[in-house]
Amino acid sequence: MRKCSINAIDSVFAKIAESLALYLPVDGSDGKATYKKWENGVKWSNALNTVKSPKEFFFPQTEDMMEFKTSGKNIEIIDTREETEDFVIFGVRACDVRSFDILDRVFLTMPVDSYYASKREHSIIVSVACTKPSETCFCKAFGIDPAVPKGDVTVWKTETEIFFESNTAKGADLLSKIADLTEECDNAPVEEQKEKINKIMAKLPLADLKTEAFGGGKTEQYFDHPAWAELSESCLGCGTCTFVCPTCQCYDIKDFNTGNGVIRFRCWDSCMYSEFTRMAHGNNRLSQKERFR
Amino acid sequence: MQKITCEQLIEKAVALLNDGTVSCVLGWKKGEFDYDITPALFETEEELKNEFVWNDFCRANFSKYLISKTAKCEGKILVFLKPCDTYSFNQLLTEHRFDREKVYAVGIPCEGMADIDKIKAICGDGICKIECGEKIAVSTIYTDEPTLIDAKDVLAERCINCKSKKHVAYDELIGEDGDVIDSGRFDEVAKLEAMTPDERFAFWQNELSRCIRCNACRDVCPACTCEKCVFNNPKSGVENKSPANSFEEQMFHIIRAFHVAGRCTDCGECSRVCPQNIPLHLLNRKFIKDMNEFYGEYQAGAEVGSRAPLVNYTTEDLEPGEVFDRGNKDA
Repeated sequence: MRKCSINAIDSVFAKIAESLALYLPVDGSDGKATYKKWENGVKWSNALNTVKSPKEFFFPQTEDMMEFKTSGKNIEIIDTREETEDFVIFGVRACDVRSFDILDRVFLTMPVDSYYASKREHSIIVSVACTKPSETCFCKAFGIDPAVPKGDVTVWKTETEIFFESNTAKGADLLSKIADLTEECDNAPVEEQKEKINKIMAKLPLADLKTEAFGGGKTEQYFDHPAWAELSESCLGCGTCTFVCPTCQCYDIKDFNTGNGVIRFRCWDSCMYSEFTRMAHGNNRLSQKERFR
Repeated sequence: MQKITCEQLIEKAVALLNDGTVSCVLGWKKGEFDYDITPALFETEEELKNEFVWNDFCRANFSKYLISKTAKCEGKILVFLKPCDTYSFNQLLTEHRFDREKVYAVGIPCEGMADIDKIKAICGDGICKIECGEKIAVSTIYTDEPTLIDAKDVLAERCINCKSKKHVAYDELIGEDGDVIDSGRFDEVAKLEAMTPDERFAFWQNELSRCIRCNACRDVCPACTCEKCVFNNPKSGVENKSPANSFEEQMFHIIRAFHVAGRCTDCGECSRVCPQNIPLHLLNRKFIKDMNEFYGEYQAGAEVGSRAPLVNYTTEDLEPGEVFDRGNKDA
């Protein structure tokens, strides 16, 4: 484990940014954090989390897939992908890091989604442990430890210091870049922090959330539960839940007529929308209750 | 703190339900957290007594819900309306969007609603309990004692700039009616107008570039009540599920503001539900301010059946050339 003073963090960012594009949560004019590219003067946000999840780095809200140009009877297919370079996402929370595993299972199993894969392969994830979870947090129910987030490097932030530990070869490589700015240290303050977080987690309003109602063979049992009608009563159907969700991965593929060709792009879609899952026979989810469920 | 108590409203609702005046009640109930008060339909006395809530977090405007609920509910539906909600109520009636005969509207005074972001700025995250009394008492898992907050200090923007404490529609009123207020709601717009076009463009680009095109603003808007929005209709040719290009930054919200111009009552629901905190109400207020200046003062929803300036012709109307000249002056 290595550490640096909290005052040295900007020079750590500067060092990383010398050779890699570095993204981290930054406070916006509305007081909420968003991932932004680091440059001189950009400050790492203290916010617990960003409004939108970092899934966007691998699975952007809109992404051009290819372009078609026609001349006479010929169609030219142009690959619009650009070469991705290595980049660092710094300050990812444990829940968001875990979401990458879930996205990977969808996009990286056969057939591999090459658009996702190329960005994923080039990423270096630096996670940060939580110190002040919100009342809305329930990661423990999903077996996530907010005190020990995964990723290529794990970071713990105390009042005065930042601690780094690499978990992968990529992570070790990144830490070697900032070796001059950090020093070898013992892990006592980190252990102390882990203990503190665990105590806080037990106090959260959703600490006792159980997931046993989910799982194979249980769908039938809850399908007609009256709670669906009640819960969906106030649902606007805006789909914000699916857009900010770190693991929602549904998308639509559409063609955009540019006037002298066609751009085929994909964009996030949402099960909350009326046209979602429309098939040849029509739509099997006609009410907001059904979509919500 | 609200002057009318939750008990008063429950008592009223139970009485109207039991004497058969109404068959269901549109009201508020607690969501996952004490500050997440959500709209709910109550059908029994028991539900009302157990779950009905009225406090400083009852922000939702129910008027739009009446479109779907009156179509579904047998008999009359009781709806509680804050002063600002009554403007949307009238505007929807003007547009024949629900059957007035199927609604029993009870006007309730409102002292303004709290903004949870402002509360969190004071007492931090980890809220486990909120009690609304004389003061708002907020308990968090990080503090031993609850933080006492004066509701006046954490009012939502639209409540600080409340345009009216007067109910413009109701069958019955609980408490006293208020007056139309000479609010400062156009001050922010005036600030934007005073900017150079480049500054203003930068302001809106910064705000609108955050749009994720969830359309929550449209979904909650009482002036946007098409059963099928063109943007959800694959056959419209403009179906748009996400910000595909800079269109959102420049066009979508401005076009939507044009579409609701003269019908927008400035209820502020658009900004309330925006997950990205985009101050959408400023676009609508700009249109309202312009219309007031060009065509004389007009408040959408102040009465049922009024003709909005943009769909009404009078010989005193502004000449298009004057608008054009104004545009040139700005540039």
